[in-house]
Amino acid sequence: MARDARAAALALHRFGLGPRAGAIEAIVSDPQGALMAELDRPDAGLVATPDLPSSGAANRAVFEFNAERNAKDKVERRRREAAQKLAGNAGMENAMAAQSEAQPATTEQPDQVPLPRRIFLDEARARFDAAIGAEIGFVERLVWFWSNHFCVNADATVMAGSYEREAIRPYVLGRFADMLQAAEGHPAMLVYLNNVLSIGPASVAGINRDKGLNENLAREILELHTLGVRSGYSQADVTNFAKILTGWTIRETVSDPDHGGEFVFLRRAHEPGPERVVGHDYPDTGLDQGHAVLADLARHPATAPHVATKLARHFIADEPPATLVDRLASRFLETEGDLKEMTRALVSAPESWAPQQAKIKRPAEWIVAALRAVGRNGDIQRIVGGLNLLGEPLWRPAAPKGFSDDDAAWLDGLGQRLDIANTFAQRVADQLDPRAIAEATIGPLASAETRSAIERAESKPQALTMLLMAPEFLRR
Amino acid sequence: MQADLLAPTRRALLRGSSALFTAAYLPRLARAEGRDPRFLTIVLRGGLDGLAVVAPVGDPDWRTLRGDKGLALDGQIPALPLDDFFALNPSMPNLHRIYRAGQALFVHAMATPYRERSHFDGQDVLESGLPGPGASDTGWLNRALSALASDGSAAARAQQAFAIGPITPLVMRGPAPVLSWMPPRLPPVSDETAMRLLDLYRHTDPAFAGVLEEHIGIAAIARAGGMDAKPADGSPAVQTGGIAQVRTYFAEAAGAAAKFLARPDGPRVGALALDGWDTHVNEGAVKGRLADLLGALDGAIAAVETNMGDAWPDTVIALVTEFGRTAHINGNDGTDHGTATAALFAGGALKGGRVVADWPGLKDADLHDKRDLKPTTDLRSVLKGLLRDHLRVDEHHLETTVFPDSATTRPIEGLLA
Repeated sequence: MARDARAAALALHRFGLGPRAGAIEAIVSDPQGALMAELDRPDAGLVATPDLPSSGAANRAVFEFNAERNAKDKVERRRREAAQKLAGNAGMENAMAAQSEAQPATTEQPDQVPLPRRIFLDEARARFDAAIGAEIGFVERLVWFWSNHFCVNADATVMAGSYEREAIRPYVLGRFADMLQAAEGHPAMLVYLNNVLSIGPASVAGINRDKGLNENLAREILELHTLGVRSGYSQADVTNFAKILTGWTIRETVSDPDHGGEFVFLRRAHEPGPERVVGHDYPDTGLDQGHAVLADLARHPATAPHVATKLARHFIADEPPATLVDRLASRFLETEGDLKEMTRALVSAPESWAPQQAKIKRPAEWIVAALRAVGRNGDIQRIVGGLNLLGEPLWRPAAPKGFSDDDAAWLDGLGQRLDIANTFAQRVADQLDPRAIAEATIGPLASAETRSAIERAESKPQALTMLLMAPEFLRR
Repeated sequence: MQADLLAPTRRALLRGSSALFTAAYLPRLARAEGRDPRFLTIVLRGGLDGLAVVAPVGDPDWRTLRGDKGLALDGQIPALPLDDFFALNPSMPNLHRIYRAGQALFVHAMATPYRERSHFDGQDVLESGLPGPGASDTGWLNRALSALASDGSAAARAQQAFAIGPITPLVMRGPAPVLSWMPPRLPPVSDETAMRLLDLYRHTDPAFAGVLEEHIGIAAIARAGGMDAKPADGSPAVQTGGIAQVRTYFAEAAGAAAKFLARPDGPRVGALALDGWDTHVNEGAVKGRLADLLGALDGAIAAVETNMGDAWPDTVIALVTEFGRTAHINGNDGTDHGTATAALFAGGALKGGRVVADWPGLKDADLHDKRDLKPTTDLRSVLKGLLRDHLRVDEHHLETTVFPDSATTRPIEGLLA
C-alpha cells in the first residue's frame, strides 16, 4: 500500500484510540498492515496487572470489608445511643458535641477510600492505562466492544473490572464460543443477570426451599449475546434454557474463605432432566448440559449476522453496508467464530475505509483520544467523572443491552463535551503547542475551516478546545 | 489533567495556608523604605483593542476612523473623559473613579517588541519577556523575583510567587517557587469560543451545528431566570449571554488574588490570565460583547481594590495584552490582529490620573503597515520602571535576566507616587 497519510489518520481514529505524537507517520507506509500487526502481537488484549485481585479475591475482600464496616457502624450506633442517654434532656447540644468528638475528622487519604471504590478505580486505571499506552489501540477497542456486548454492571458487582480481564480480554482474538462460555459462566454475569437466584423447581434445593427459576440470564443470552432479538426462539426455549442453567452459581463467601465468590456448579439446585432448546435436545449432563447449549448457540446461523452487524455498526456506520455485514458474517461462519479472522475481514473490507468520518466517537474513546493527543495519562477520578457526565459511566450501562452504538445517542452530549474540552484545555494547553497537536492528530483529515479555527484561536486553551471539538476529532 | 496535581486544591491550600505563607515576606529594600509593595499582573489574552478602551477622542481623525463604532464623549453612551484628548470606555466606571483619584495610569500606543500577528507567539513574547518568540519556559515576573532573591535585596523566601487559575501563566513560571490557587469554578466556556465553534460547525457539520445551537439556546434560557438577567434588547437569538458567568469568574479570580496578596503573611506578587479579547466579529465596544467584557474587567479591578483593603496604597495592578487590533473596523464589525494598544495600570502606589503616550496619530500614513496603531512606547520600559521603583529589582537584572537584551529600552521614570 502506498504512503497514505489520510488512511493512516483514519485507521487511528476509526479503529484505534486516536493518534499519539508521531503515530500517523509511524504507520503511514501501511495503515492496514499496522492494524493487522497489532492483532498479531503476543499477549494482544491482555493487561499486566499483578496487583489487581481476581474476581474471587475481590469478592471475598469486599465481603470482609462490609462485615467489618457493619460491625463498626453497630459499635458507633451503640456509643451514640449511650451518649444521648447520658445527655438526657439536658439539651441536644451536648449530645451533638459528644457525637462529633466520637467521629474522626474526615480526610481524603487514599486508604480511606472504601475498598469497593478502590478496586473499581484500580481496575479503571488499568483499563485506561492500556488504552492510553497502546500504539494504535485497535485491540483495546475490540476489548471495549466485546465487554459492552457481554456487559455487566459495576453497581451489581465489585467484579466488573476483573470480569473484563478474565472473561473478555483473553478471547477478543480467539473464538467467540470460548468468550461466550467464559462470560456466561463468570460470577459477575451470574450475579448481574440473577442466575445465582435461579433454582430448578424440581431440584433438591427447589423442592426444599420452594424456590424457582429466574429466566433473566437465559433470555439475555439468546436475545443479546447470541441469536439476537426476534430470531425465532420461543418462550419455551427461554424457560428450558433457564432450567439448564440452574445450578450455575457462586460459592458462598461467608462459609468459604478460600474459594468464596468463585464459580461453582451446584448439582443440588440444578433442574434434573433433558431439555429442548432452539430445536436441539440436551440430556441432563449437569454442567455440560449448559456448555452444550452455549456451543450450539455460538454456531447457530442467526448468531453470525447478529454479531457481524454489531461489529460493523460499532466501527463503521449506524447502518452498515449490507455487503460489509455479509463479509463479516461469512468469515465468522467459515472460521467457526474465529474473532481474529472476522476482525481481519473488517480491516480488509473496502467498505471500512470510506473517507467520510461517519461515526461520533463514544465518550470514552473521545476522552482517551484527547489524553493521547496531549500525551497525558489523566487523573482516573476525572476520567471516570467525565464519563459519568457524558452518559457513558464506566461499566454501568443502564441495561444488559449495553451502551448504544447509534450516533443519535451521543449527539446530544455535544454541549457537555464542550464544557469538558474547555475545562481540560484550561488545565493543560498553556504548556502545549495546539497547532502541532492538531497536525499530529487530524492533520491529514482537517478541513480548511478547522485549520483556520485552530490557527486563529485567541489563546492556546481556545485552540485546544477547537481541536478537541473539531468534527475531525469528534468523529471517526 | 495531571497538571492540577501541581496546584494545591482550594481546600488544601486554605487548610495549609498559614504554614505556606508564614515565611513569605517582602523585598527588603522596599521594606527599609517603609513600604510593603504588592504587584498583580493580569494577562488579557486575545489581543485587547486599546482604542476601544482608551479612545483618542481628541484626535481629529478618530471619528472618521471608527465612526459610531467608536467611543465618543457625545455618544449614545458617553465615554468617560480622562483628559482633553483621551476618554475611557463607559463600561468601566470603577476604573474611571480610580483614575480620577490619581490611582490609575494608562500607557497608550504601546507594544511589546513583537511585530507579527500570531496570538501564540505574541503571548509568548508578552509573558516570557524575551525580544522574540521562542521556546521559553520562564516568564519575566518569575525571573524578577529570582533576581530579588539572588542580589540579597530580599530574604530567602521573598521570591514566593502566586498564581490564580487552573494553570500558572507563563509570565509567572520559572525558578522562583510558585504557589497556585484554583478558583472554585473554572473559567466558563466563553461566548467567543462557543460562537467560533458554532461557526465552524455551520460550515462543516450541520448535525453538530444544530445540537450546539440548541445547547447554547438552552444555556441562555437557564441564565435568563437568574439575577443577572437583562431585559431583552432585540439581540439575536444565538447571543449566548454567558457574560454573567464571565463577570463572576473575573471578579472571583481577581478578588481571590487580592485577598491572598493583602494578607500580612501572604505572597507579594501574583498573576492571572483572563481570556476573551479577540474581537474579530461584532466587537461591540460601546454596547455589545467587548463592552460587556470590559464591564467584567472593571468589576475585577473593583474586587481587587476592595479586597486589598489597607494594602491598596501599596498596590500596582498591571493589565497587559499581547497586541492591539486594526485601527479600522473590519467587514464583520470587528477588528483584526494589530500592533500597538493600551496597557492599564491601577493601584494606590501609582502616580496616576494620567495617560502616558507619545501619540503617533491616526492618519493612514501614521499607522503601522498602514493598518495598526503605531507603537511608540515599549511595554518593557513601563514594566522595568515599575519593577525597579515598586519592587526594587535592580536595573542590571532588569536588562539582563528579566528582559534580556533590553539595555537600550530605558525604564520610564516617575510612575510611582
